[in-house]
Amino acid sequence: MAAVSEKFDYDQDYIGAEFDYPRYSKDNLEPYVDPYELPLDELNPASPSLFFRNLHWRHFKRLREEAPLHYTAQSMHGPYWSVTRYRDVKAIDMDHKTFSSYPAITVAEPDGDLPLPMFIAMDQPQHGPQRRAVSPVVGPRNLAALEPIIRERAGAILDGLPVGETFNWVDKVSIEQTTQMLATLFDFPFEDRYKLTRWSDVTTGSPESGVVESREARRLELIECREYFDRLWQQRIGNTEGNDLISLLANDPVTQDMPPDQFLGNLVLLIVGGNDTTRNSLSASVVALNQFPQQFDKLRANSGLVGNMVSEVIRWQTPLSHMRRRALRDVEMHGKTIREGDKVIMWYVSGNRDSEVFENPDDFDIERGNARSHVSFGFGIHRCMGNRVGEMQLRIVWEEFLKRFRNVEIVGDVERVYSDFVHGYKTLPVRLHAR
Amino acid sequence: MPRLTFICHDGASHEVQGEVGRSVMNAAIDNLVPGIDADCGGECACATCHVYVDEAWLDKVGTPDEAEDAMLDLNPERAPNSRLSCQIPVTDALDGFRARVPEFQM
Ligand code: HEM
Ligand code: FES
Repeated sequence: MAAVSEKFDYDQDYIGAEFDYPRYSKDNLEPYVDPYELPLDELNPASPSLFFRNLHWRHFKRLREEAPLHYTAQSMHGPYWSVTRYRDVKAIDMDHKTFSSYPAITVAEPDGDLPLPMFIAMDQPQHGPQRRAVSPVVGPRNLAALEPIIRERAGAILDGLPVGETFNWVDKVSIEQTTQMLATLFDFPFEDRYKLTRWSDVTTGSPESGVVESREARRLELIECREYFDRLWQQRIGNTEGNDLISLLANDPVTQDMPPDQFLGNLVLLIVGGNDTTRNSLSASVVALNQFPQQFDKLRANSGLVGNMVSEVIRWQTPLSHMRRRALRDVEMHGKTIREGDKVIMWYVSGNRDSEVFENPDDFDIERGNARSHVSFGFGIHRCMGNRVGEMQLRIVWEEFLKRFRNVEIVGDVERVYSDFVHGYKTLPVRLHAR
Repeated sequence: MPRLTFICHDGASHEVQGEVGRSVMNAAIDNLVPGIDADCGGECACATCHVYVDEAWLDKVGTPDEAEDAMLDLNPERAPNSRLSCQIPVTDALDGFRARVPEFQM
């Protein structure tokens, strides 16, 4: 690992690290104190309890205003720096020579059960070739071929919804849509497609999130995932006609000898990268259109606004609230010193609400001129590889929605995800109104 | 003012005026040339201002620096004449410049 400093030993220093901090959970939430009443240095935004209750916004507002570079000495994830202004987030994301993505890209420490090599958590020079090996599957040519399939499947999902009844939009639309898209990309056995959703949830779910019973249960499920994909890989060796990701990798001279762990790492990266993010953007559009009904009116009056609405939803929601980096040398910023080895969190969820860049940043405005400038996809060499597939799915679902329905109304309590990384919704009870 | 021509994926050609001191990307965006997204606003951080520079103009625009090269490298459809248009400054020497806009930015 060329870019990794000598002093840092991944296995020794990090894997499975536990910090001396109470473990809160969904059923035992961390007590809430208004951030403006706390001493500044006690602010600790990396708390799933905050995000679960949608109470993180004021923390970030105060940090942007008073401490754009902020150090939290104690948290469930150990000590970390928070970067909260748009400009600073972008600058750090672009400076991959100073801020390393290795060994992990979320504030939580990897638990070491099944460490998978994924290029999202690699630096140059390893990162580039691996990304290039898989990126054609979401490249322009494949996308054009995918669009009609995605449109047809999205239409079928919407046609199957019960008009006039209450149902969970997350399950019936957001999850179904993204799972089918992944199944298409992988040419995954269609009847088994729910496994993809499950593996995605299991990979990102912390022990406290309630997704798995225990770490051991989680490990076993990930082994099942590995074995399943190994079988598909074996079956597709020699299938040079296949345009799916697995056939492409199994038959490309550059990747066909890829170690099994790397293969699985890349698959899991696509499953996770493509799943929660798009799912939560699909759910967020419903939340936003309900909170800002005059925007829904505008959309109904002009379906040409769907394209910009998609970017605005992704800005407004920020489906991944942060990415993490590790400083490879001492860095001076805002009069403070980030030390070599320190963990630095780029809070995308805060950068997207920075009033220096976005006017009335908390408003959802489908005609916002600079919605595309959001930081939700990151910037620099790790910028989201699947951003166009994500956007395309949202655009198609909303284009098809407007052809069929007049309204989707939230009729019950919204439940959010218990995570400080995945920023989204678990339950969204809605009712559809026919056109 | 130098005149720049963009040939879009559908074959349509757009001739626009470039402003010396700003970038080729700015000229395209200011004149609503379709097919250039420029999500990062010209900071070499998104690679969505990709163009294929006409062979005849390659010498005049020079070669990508390291940062641009790393960003171009993310694109599976990179060609030897690929450039990020936000990294090409408009100069008087670019009068007559031509570039092709890809079907999609990614
Ligand atoms: C709205 C939807 C999406 C959002 C908000 C999103 C967000 C992100 C973010 C924040 C990053 C890291 C950027 C950085 O570190 O600078 C990323 C990377 C990545 N995303 Fe996405 N993503 C989305 C959809 C997708 C989809 C649909 C796929 C795959 C089909 C995908 C695959 C990836 C991959 C492979 C990477 C790693 C890129 C690298 O390290 O070079 N994403 N995404
Ligand atoms: S505009 Fe983003 S790289 Fe050129």
